[in-house]
Amino acid sequence: MLSRVANSIYWMCRYIERAENVARFISVNLNLLLDLPSEGGKHWEPLVLITGDQEYFEEQYRQYSKEAVISFLTFDRRYFNSIVSCLAAARENARSIREIISSEMWEHLNTFYLEMADPRYHPMALQDPHKFFRIIQMRSHLFTGLMDSTMSHGEAWNFARMGMMLERADKTSRILDVKYFMLLPQADLVNTPIDNIQWTAVLKSASAFEMYRKEHHLITPRMVASFLVFDTHFPRSIRHCVNKAQVCLERIMNGAASGAINPAEKLLGRLKADLEYTDIDDVIAQGMHEYLDNLQTRLNRIDTAVGTTFFNIKPLVSAASGQQ
Amino acid sequence: MQSFAGYDPGDFYDELIAPDGTPRPGAQLLIDKIASLPPGDLAMRQRAAEALLLKMGITFNVYGRDEGTEKIFPFDLIPRIVPAADWAQIEAGLKQRIFALNEFLQDIYNDKKILKDKVVPEDLILSSRTYRKECEGFTPPRRIWCHVTGTDLVRDRDGRFYVLEDNLRCPSGVSYVLENRQVLKRTFPQVFEASKVRPVDDYPNKLLEMLEYLAPDHVAKPTIGVLTPGIYNSAYFEHSFLSQQMGVELVEGQDLVVADGCVHMLTTKGLKRVDVLYRRIDDDFIDPEVFRPDSLLGVPGLIGAYKAGRIAMANAPGTGIADDKVIYAYVPKIITYYTGEEPILPNVPTYICRDDADRAYVLAHLDQLVVKAANESGGYGMLVGPHATQAERDAFAEKIKAEPRNYMAQPTISLSRVPTIVGDRIEGRHVDLRPYVLFGREIYVLPGGLTRVALTRGSLVVNSSQGGGSKDTWVL
Repeated sequence: MLSRVANSIYWMCRYIERAENVARFISVNLNLLLDLPSEGGKHWEPLVLITGDQEYFEEQYRQYSKEAVISFLTFDRRYFNSIVSCLAAARENARSIREIISSEMWEHLNTFYLEMADPRYHPMALQDPHKFFRIIQMRSHLFTGLMDSTMSHGEAWNFARMGMMLERADKTSRILDVKYFMLLPQADLVNTPIDNIQWTAVLKSASAFEMYRKEHHLITPRMVASFLVFDTHFPRSIRHCVNKAQVCLERIMNGAASGAINPAEKLLGRLKADLEYTDIDDVIAQGMHEYLDNLQTRLNRIDTAVGTTFFNIKPLVSAASGQQ
Repeated sequence: MQSFAGYDPGDFYDELIAPDGTPRPGAQLLIDKIASLPPGDLAMRQRAAEALLLKMGITFNVYGRDEGTEKIFPFDLIPRIVPAADWAQIEAGLKQRIFALNEFLQDIYNDKKILKDKVVPEDLILSSRTYRKECEGFTPPRRIWCHVTGTDLVRDRDGRFYVLEDNLRCPSGVSYVLENRQVLKRTFPQVFEASKVRPVDDYPNKLLEMLEYLAPDHVAKPTIGVLTPGIYNSAYFEHSFLSQQMGVELVEGQDLVVADGCVHMLTTKGLKRVDVLYRRIDDDFIDPEVFRPDSLLGVPGLIGAYKAGRIAMANAPGTGIADDKVIYAYVPKIITYYTGEEPILPNVPTYICRDDADRAYVLAHLDQLVVKAANESGGYGMLVGPHATQAERDAFAEKIKAEPRNYMAQPTISLSRVPTIVGDRIEGRHVDLRPYVLFGREIYVLPGGLTRVALTRGSLVVNSSQGGGSKDTWVL
């Protein structure tokens, strides 16, 4: 398939997954606040901190209020990782490959974007945020479902899926990280009832609460982190996402004549193996935040390698035919 | 409420209603159906259809606005109906015309017999901006130049069809024909079935067959691509739609590269050779090495590969000369020259401004004429005399005097009208008709076409960029 098309479908899915996860970040916070005494903007600041874009935020918004943070993360078109910006980017990518994806996928994404871009729907984000952000998550799930059931699972689908899995692995690591941003200064709270409530919220934001319960029953920070990083079967755990991304890449490469391993395969394979042979105690020994930070860096490197391996192919054109 | 009582066909040819107010043959079922709808129902169906088009993303971009500004192409639910007898004449006329224009292209780029016989003035050809010296001495694969044509027809008050314009470069709009039909089938299913409307859904198939026919004989399964300028082009939806319907690649200039004399696509598995391109980029932009060097849309080296026979292209570069609006005036003579027959479809009478007598007439009658520049399209660069101000006419007169070769003029045609939904009323609006013609193994005329409608009351400008919309076209 065309490199440009592979690039577009990969990014289309990354952007949709990204938009869904921004909605999840906001949801986890809303869940937390339900059970916490109100402490002003204190609980909204970490959401901006983990984006790494607090400088832009502070220029544009006066304080870390619920309203400001929600507007910033949801509707700010000048902020490139806001939900509406992600959906706009996903749709532009989809538009350039609409002959590749199914019309169901295109129509759904198009409507999804048009509604998010319509100011009439914006008040709902503040008036009924639980419902609003849940709808966004469901729309994203619907897109994934349409992709799985209306599009052939060929090369294009595997690029799409790989993009989605890499994005999801990155975002699950960030959801865990939010928790650390919030709790590190209050180490004494570990294992108090509030802590438990907060870890429950973290699980819920990854739709992991029920599955976790079946597996581990008691909620302890150690096991929650272990579940979200290392569980083999849970579809949002980092290990699961990396494994699935690796399967997609393998399928993409099976069609190729050359048996040589490319940089993307190497990096992804190594990360997969490392996740296989690491456990939560190693992570705690190293420091959760440091571990997640390093993981994110490795995921970024894989993304770059996918780009140079498949999307930015420079043909070997003889000088004579290339230029005159 | 929705009945046609009180509908005024006016002093025009109305496509659905006869002067006495009764439906024309073939339109009875449709008119009865519309009349039977409860009040407001038609307007509701109209809104539903528009919402559907927006959801499907069937939009175009308007030039001169922010890039990415999208609008749906306004669509009117009431179809235009073309009776079988009228269509037979259109079909025969178009086949004759396209055959002759293809002969003309082959001739002027090779033997130039028609110029030597002084049927068409040589300097007129050589001075045209769309004449491509690069194509001289070249014969394209299968000797076909104009593979896809969208000829604009109008019907005057006398009920006759006239050719208004030949579009032989990259005519667009066929996707709207197919999509409009989908919407109409859902809106008026019973009427549609009972009226025995000829299907248009076969177009992508016919287009694909034509493109495959252009591939070299030794290529069993040719790789075909639709070459688009990209998502910001006003017809992007169509490029994507057609490639999807045909199951071929949609490529941009950046996806193609010329290596070892052949054209390749950049794929995730390396280079893949392309055999046929349905290109929707104008000549000017298609190869920066040959035409405009500042083009970022094109593929360097493409024309070289084409002339070496390594790739086929539809339409062939150089066809623009035949839809030059001044050359247009000579098409009836061109038809007779190559076929020995009289043209079946007449031209609109045309004054050629390079001709002294014609120019004098045009300048003296600007208030009655439509003046067009030779190489503009989309309704740009034209003057509608009767609707222009004196200042606009004066300014245009200067342009004509400065560059007479570049202009032609025609009397304003009283374009026929079709009943159209205007708010909760039905009023007559002016239309034209663009049928689509494919030239492959044989010449095929799609039984249907794009009926463009000027939605503004009294307006004669049907271009989508100038407030026009479209209607489904039912050929019986």
